Parts: sequence; structure tokens; C-alpha cells
Amino acid sequence: MSIERGDVEKIAYLARIQITDAQLDKVTEDLSRILSLVDQMQEVSTEGVEPMSNPLDMVQRLRADQVTEENQRERFQAIAPATEAGLYLVPKVIE
Amino acid sequence: MEWEAVIGLEIHTQLSTKSKIFSGSSTAFGAEPNTQACAVDLAMPGMLPVLNEEAVRMAVMFGLAIEAEIGKRSVFDRKNYFYPDLPKGYQTSQFEFPIVGRGHVEIQLEDGTNKQIGVTRAHLEEDAGKSLHEDFHGMTGIDLNRAGTPLLEIVSEPDMRSAKEAVAYLRKIHSIVTYLGICDGNMAEGSMRCDCNVSVRPKGQKEFGTRTEIKNVNSFRFVERAINSEIQRQIEILEDGGRVIQETRLYDADKNETRSMRSKEFANDYRYFPCPDLLPVVIGDDYIEAIRQSLPELPEQKRQRFSEQYGLSDYDASVLSASRAMADYFERVAEVAGDAKLAANWVMVELSRLLNQNNLEIEQSPIPAEHLGQLIQRIRDNTISGKIAKQVFEDMWNGEGSPDHIIETKGLKQVTDTGAIEAVVDEIIAKNPAQVEQYRAADEDRRKKLIGFFVGQTMKASQGKANPQQVNEVLKKKLEG
Repeated sequence: MSIERGDVEKIAYLARIQITDAQLDKVTEDLSRILSLVDQMQEVSTEGVEPMSNPLDMVQRLRADQVTEENQRERFQAIAPATEAGLYLVPKVIE
Repeated sequence: MEWEAVIGLEIHTQLSTKSKIFSGSSTAFGAEPNTQACAVDLAMPGMLPVLNEEAVRMAVMFGLAIEAEIGKRSVFDRKNYFYPDLPKGYQTSQFEFPIVGRGHVEIQLEDGTNKQIGVTRAHLEEDAGKSLHEDFHGMTGIDLNRAGTPLLEIVSEPDMRSAKEAVAYLRKIHSIVTYLGICDGNMAEGSMRCDCNVSVRPKGQKEFGTRTEIKNVNSFRFVERAINSEIQRQIEILEDGGRVIQETRLYDADKNETRSMRSKEFANDYRYFPCPDLLPVVIGDDYIEAIRQSLPELPEQKRQRFSEQYGLSDYDASVLSASRAMADYFERVAEVAGDAKLAANWVMVELSRLLNQNNLEIEQSPIPAEHLGQLIQRIRDNTISGKIAKQVFEDMWNGEGSPDHIIETKGLKQVTDTGAIEAVVDEIIAKNPAQVEQYRAADEDRRKKLIGFFVGQTMKASQGKANPQQVNEVLKKKLEG
């Protein structure tokens, strides 16, 4: 399986990664090679093998439902670029 | 052409945990902005999520309540998209292995029949923060208090065929989660939010039409109106020979119409993958069994018990069991009153009428259940007539205290002294010789009608306090005497 420049541009946009025109061909080629390797792996029969969701052979530990955090807004907002009335300010987003 | 709508709902319910799904921040509603957003919620580098056991327990409770398969091994995935109220750049959710699998609920349709609605799945995920688009010098304000609040997203099968069915299903889910106590069900505060998937097709066609998704509808009434207006919009497009575009739409309640929300030009591709920060969640049969044992009586069971134990009609039983608060209120009234049918009547007719008029929920009733029960007791022991009871009821509603207090201070006690009633009746008969003549000349059938005049006059003369049955008896005796 190979991918086109357009696919790379779209994925880069979704991931908010800037790729210059000059880099685009190289990235497309690299990704295509990785996908070829994936194709090769797809040929292995995995019947009866449970999908692995985590390389650690362990299960999730749970925590008790208790409020343990205190308000540290001032400390967090001290390193934010812009705040007002307790809110973090970001460039305007409109749907 | 006759069209048929196909509707499926995605219901987001905020679970009533004290702390967030992956952090120890409080989930309390209404705090100052960002005072309940810790380093984990803010996605500071190096932070690791740790799953809240209560969120897991609540999800399993829901699964058992809808007779679903429980995912004994469930996996958290990352749903990737960028939006400022989602600091990590992904929402931690479940994709391929949700905690709750296929289940179902029953809804009651208007014609009295039941219909089963399939639940495809329900998965745990985190809520996002809130964006405030008011003007902050051309910027958007972000409050992350809500970020990380546990959500159970309940996805239905496309089993509903009208807006009414969709609302009945939403109400059913609402009643289940509030019975279980896993969600406060407060739609106005956003504790329950609903996305509606709607398509239409010619009646009889098997394939579904192209669907649109109406996002974030936040009341029962709006769900019905939003779906109906979207069905209408799609039918008009199709009848004009157009095509429905698959897209996300927003419901504008003021205009009662849906409008396109984002173009699919840059269709989001969420690129789900298993979250490496969280391990698979594995739960055992013992754990599930223990939760099953702890389940409270559910709406359906309560409905059946109400009709068997109290002899209520199906309709009455389903109205009174619709919410836990309503059911508890009714049962308390019935217990104090000693008569469940009278209790059902008063709750469903008089009380519901005033609650509706004043836009109040049963939890906000100014009349405590004990007082309504006592009022019914006073009717049963003939202290007051049913008519006077309505007057006392109004006074109770207006905060004038217990029924006994009102009856006492206003002197509303029913007159059951036959001698006193006879005196009033004699007076009425003496005052109305013409009507008496007419009555005596009439046949049995006509007499039944004519006696109403005398009953009315006697009741009026006694200021409504005479016992109506006794009045009837005395009148008959004297008139026919």
C-alpha cells in the first residue's frame, strides 16, 4: 500500500504538523515504506490471537473516588500566555 | 409519497462521581472557572491518568440494568481532534472494547403497546471543558472545570421511527440512570446531553437514507422539536429531488430549525488508537455479581409492583414509576393515606396539575407527601368532603400548613350530625315550594336530575361542609316523605 502527497497533507493538517513542500515528497516516500512493512505483517495469520492494547501484561489499577486535588489555579495560570476572569484565553474559535 | 423516519440517539450522561474519571479533581457543578482543573486535566507534560473505580462500577450498574453484555476486558482509546477545550488534543474514550455491550430497553408507546429499543453499546469517556465565546478582546475563554468529568455515552440502535419514540426512549434512559443514582439527570445543567441521528426513507424501503446528526440537544421538548424539524427538512429536500448531505447540525430553538454546523470538507478522522497510558480494565464475575445484587428496584420492576400491589392501571403505574422521586412521593402518600388508589388520583390529578402550571418537578412540591396523605385520610374518615378537600389542598399548596391545621383554623369540618343537616334541608324545602311540587310530580328518572338543585342549595347553605351522602339521603326521605 502506498499513499499520495494529498493523504500526507491531510494527515499533517489533522495532526497540526507543519510539513513544507520540500519535505513532502520525502515524507510521503517514508510513510509509504512503513505501510509496506505493515502490509507484510498483515499477511501473518493472527487467528486466535487476542489483540494487544498495551505491551505491559498487566491490568489497570483503579483509584478510590476521592477528591484529592486542591485548587492551584493561580500557579497554573502564572505560566499561561493569557488569562482573564479565571479563564484561559485562546485565539477565537467559532463553530 | 409516504416517508418513514429512522432515528438513533447518542446520550451522554455525566456520572455522579465525586472526582473526575482520571484525576482527583472535584466534579461539583458551578465552581469558579478553572478551580477544579488539576495538572492531569490540563494535560501538563508527564501526567498519568488513573481510572476512578466508581465510574467503572456505575457503568456496570447501567449495563446490568439494560440486560447488556458486560465487557470483562475493556480498553481505553484516544480519539484525536484539536479543540481548545480539550487540552490533550485527544479525548480518552473507548472504541473497540467498550465496558457495556449490546442491551435493550422497553418503551411505552402512546397506543399503550410496548416497543423494544436496542442499545448498541455504552462506553466510558471524559467530558471536555467549556468554551465561552463572549468577547474577550477577540479571544475565546476556556473553563476546564468540566474537563475529565466521567461520561457514559449510551448509543442506541436506529430503532426509533418518530420523534415521540425518541423522546420516550430518552425518558426511559433518564429514568434508569436516575433510579440507579449514577447521574442526576439534570438536562439544564448538561448532566445529560443528546445527539440525534436522523434520516428518512420511503416507507417500505429497507435501506436507510443518508443521516444527519443533531448535536447537543438539551431538553426533552427540544429533542422532539429538533427531530421533527429535521425530518421535515429532509423530506422537503427529497421531494424537491435533492440529496441529503451527511453532516453535523445544530438545533436553534428560537427559530425551531436545524442548521449546518461544520462542513465535511475537512472531515475529521479521529484516528483512534489504544491509549498507552491506560492498561486494559479487567473485571471478574464476582465483581459483576456483587453489583447485580446491589441494584435498586428499577422503573420496570416498580411499574409491575405498583400495578400488582396497589391494583393501579398500567397507565397510572407507569406514570407514577417514571421517576424515582415521583415513585417515592406516591408511595409515601399511599402509606399515610391508607388508600393507594386515592393517593394515585390525588398525585396524578390535583398535584400534577399545580406542578405543571408552576413548572415544578415533584422534588419541588411545596406539599410534603405526609400532608397529602393526611388530607386523604381526612376524606376517608369523613372529617371533610372531597370538595372541601380541594380547598384545603389549595391552602396547603399556598403554604398554610398541615391539613388538620387548615381544617381546624378555617372551621371546615364536615357536618355529619343528621339533626343539623335535617334542619338545613327543611329550610331549603320550605323556601322552594315550586321546585318541591315539580319534584313530587316527576318520574324516577327526572327526579334523579331534579334532586341536584336541592343538593346544591343545601351544600351552599352549609358552606360545603355538609356530608353530601347524608344530604342526599335526608333529601330523598323528606321530598318523597
